[in-house]
Amino acid sequence: MSEFLQLFTQYNIIGAFWVNIQLTLWSALFSLILGVLLLMMRISPISSLRGLAGAYVEFFKNMPLTIIMVFMVLGAYAQLKLTFSDKFVVNFFWLAVTGLSLYTAAFVCESLRSGMNTVPLGQAEAARALGLGFFQSATEVILPQAFRGSVAPLGNTLIALLKNSTVAAAASVATETSSLMSTMIEFHANSIVGIFLIFALGYIILIIPIGLLTTALSNKLAVRR
Amino acid sequence: MDNNQTETSVLFDEPGPRGKRNIRIANWIGGIVVVALAVLILMRLHNPPDGENQLDWQLWLPALDFEAWTDFYLPGLWMTIKAAAVAVVGSMIFGLLFGIGRLLPSNILKGVSSVIVEFCRAVPVLMFMIFFWRFFAFAGVKGASYWAVVLALILYNGSVVAELVRSGVGNLPGGQREASLALGLTRTQSLMKIEVPQALYAMLPAAVTQLVVVLKDTALGSIIMYTDLLQESRRLGSMYFNILQTLVVAGVIYFIVCWMLSELAEWLPSRMQTRTAAPAEAEPMAPIAIMDASNVNQIAVAKELGEDHYGGAPRRYHVRHRGSNATARGWRKDRYMQGYDPNHPDILPDQHHIELPEFPELPHPKSSKTKKDDKGDKDKQ
Amino acid sequence: MTRFNQCMKALKRLAAAVCAAACVVTLAACGTDDEAGKVRIGIKFDQPGLGFKKAGTYVGFDVDVARYVARKLGYSDDQIVFKEAPSKQREAMLQNGDVDMIFASYSITEERQKAVSFAGPYFVAGQDLMVRKDDHDINSVNDLNGKRLCSVTGSTSAQVVKERFASEVQLMEQPGYAECATALFSGIVDAVTTDDIILAGLAANARGRLRLIGKPFTQEYYGVGIKKGNTALARRVDAAIIDMEKDGSWQRAINDNTRGVTYKPNMKYNPPKADLGKTGEKA
Repeated sequence: MSEFLQLFTQYNIIGAFWVNIQLTLWSALFSLILGVLLLMMRISPISSLRGLAGAYVEFFKNMPLTIIMVFMVLGAYAQLKLTFSDKFVVNFFWLAVTGLSLYTAAFVCESLRSGMNTVPLGQAEAARALGLGFFQSATEVILPQAFRGSVAPLGNTLIALLKNSTVAAAASVATETSSLMSTMIEFHANSIVGIFLIFALGYIILIIPIGLLTTALSNKLAVRR
Repeated sequence: MDNNQTETSVLFDEPGPRGKRNIRIANWIGGIVVVALAVLILMRLHNPPDGENQLDWQLWLPALDFEAWTDFYLPGLWMTIKAAAVAVVGSMIFGLLFGIGRLLPSNILKGVSSVIVEFCRAVPVLMFMIFFWRFFAFAGVKGASYWAVVLALILYNGSVVAELVRSGVGNLPGGQREASLALGLTRTQSLMKIEVPQALYAMLPAAVTQLVVVLKDTALGSIIMYTDLLQESRRLGSMYFNILQTLVVAGVIYFIVCWMLSELAEWLPSRMQTRTAAPAEAEPMAPIAIMDASNVNQIAVAKELGEDHYGGAPRRYHVRHRGSNATARGWRKDRYMQGYDPNHPDILPDQHHIELPEFPELPHPKSSKTKKDDKGDKDKQ
Repeated sequence: MTRFNQCMKALKRLAAAVCAAACVVTLAACGTDDEAGKVRIGIKFDQPGLGFKKAGTYVGFDVDVARYVARKLGYSDDQIVFKEAPSKQREAMLQNGDVDMIFASYSITEERQKAVSFAGPYFVAGQDLMVRKDDHDINSVNDLNGKRLCSVTGSTSAQVVKERFASEVQLMEQPGYAECATALFSGIVDAVTTDDIILAGLAANARGRLRLIGKPFTQEYYGVGIKKGNTALARRVDAAIIDMEKDGSWQRAINDNTRGVTYKPNMKYNPPKADLGKTGEKA
């Protein structure tokens, strides 16, 4: 037991989780914005935008996140010089956020689209009958209802995002949980199971509230029909 | 896809001549922006501030020649597929075992299965991989990284399959189970002989979609030194310093394989629907860990609202509430709550409460159940 | 009843198919080729210049030494089975008997000697820096303050630089040296650090754009990993290495694998005297 306490003092486990939480929160914010944008493009009357958004979603749905993360460093940073900061630690953090956001936006778009399916056709027809144009009927009638209908899949996406934030290790973010776990296992091979359980427990503690909150919100916000 | 089309077509009116012109202009602008962006990126790659021209044929040739395929990509792809195939088979077995475990009448089995499934869903796959990799290496298992990749994928995807089995059984019409009970089968027999086989067919398309997830996640194996496609392409890149090019090739291969599987998953439902009474759909509801809710039932209700437009008779009861609440018992309860059997004693008090509007705050879970036009409400309970 | 039977049949068929698929794949996964009468040698597959899989065969300095030693031990080239020995799995592979010998830039350390025995050393490497050819700012490890340095995840070489020489260096970790070299090419890092022979092997493939500083600041004794306590084998390997150094094959192997780079192994220590077969157990 004292060995575990020593592990906690020797390594900044909470700090590592905090890095993952920060990655998750920033990526969630940006991917939500990008996801809504993609959805608008996907349902818009302009066919080139529709095609573009469709291609984007299809591309990221079928591409491993690991490759995208490696690309963020070796492609976007090394070749295209996408630079956020002169400090490596900060820079890699934001590169990882960019990669995660681009990847997750495709899934946010899909979640919102499944939320759109909860909106009956009559709503759109009524909006048109009232004389609302595409933009108005989308932003004032369809999207608000779609959001309320897609709380659950969005919660799913958030949980997946939190778990995916460990892949930031592939984008040279060395302070997050999976990297820390590797280091700890390397130096404390005897307590490997204990170390793993610490991190597993950490994720369970983080994910349970998200799951509960999603369920509660989903029931509360669902549009009664 | 079909849904999207109908959605798209009703969101805006058929454009008139001016609308058509505007759309055409917007199309051109959109196209030009995309092309400009692509050209800008290519120019940057062609002539980066420092470093070398990434479009040089000298860099692309070693990434594409015969040797690259025979020595690196194809062996790597084989390793990827080997891990993915074993992981899929394993996760099917794992998922069946624990998915059925969660449906069995025994509370102990149900509890144990639930804890295992929820644990495996909450822990990131990469954490599992690193742990098993080091663990197997210390334990002296041959091919530690291979088994680490396979086992990590089995645990996570198996837990997803377990949820698919559970919701597949929950989505079967009640008659299936009632008929088998009436024929004298026990609850467990009915589950194993009637419900689970049908649930398997119903979940097959979703399982193929899950295969795409497995294939994508094998790429995580490269972090633990498993020589999959991604790792092999990195190696090839370390020979001629064209790692960017080899990664592009690997990315294209991943995309093509995953995309073909996705297409298969979209084609399968129509074939599987003939073999099951449950709805077979390609898009599995990604399950939320711990007490998931899903919006599948909301979608189902929205579809139902559209059904009457074709002049058919309205449904007697709603599409079953799906997701992890789909236990066999909950599914029967729902049926009564939906008013399928108006004479059932569970239903009768409801009508009573509606007739007494002076006590609307009475905390009864089934109040407001009997409004004839209020179909969707019942599914949200 | 026929409905039940059909269901059962379908389920059985499915189960059979699943089992068949599982069997095929597992068999393929654990397919054992005939290894009787062959020597199994662990090498790196991913380090150009030391051990690299190329065109269906293996090339590099470690591979050349391994081939030479195996020949001296009485194995022809087609009796050698090369296996990949990633850094973290080397001790385990020897302990399980997966391989007979390991030639994989395997530094002799006291920690490792608790788990395995070594023969050799057959080379003394030293940690060095690799920079862009036109970059003249960095001429020794002390010039790294405020610069960017790349090393491989889990290796201690970058920490050594940061702690002992340049405390203000920025570190980047990448999974492999190729990624580091790509980063160096494109200018996002200024130097790559690891053992000089590995750097030389990388630079040899870099179309003349990278160079080594040539001032190694540590000594790493590369040994041949063998199963703990196999002194007889260690002695024979030592003898083979001494032969290799004497008859010029050793120098030829160095030259072949670092062609195109101005690289000389640290002459103060190289070629090393292979004598661990006699003293290794005491160390």
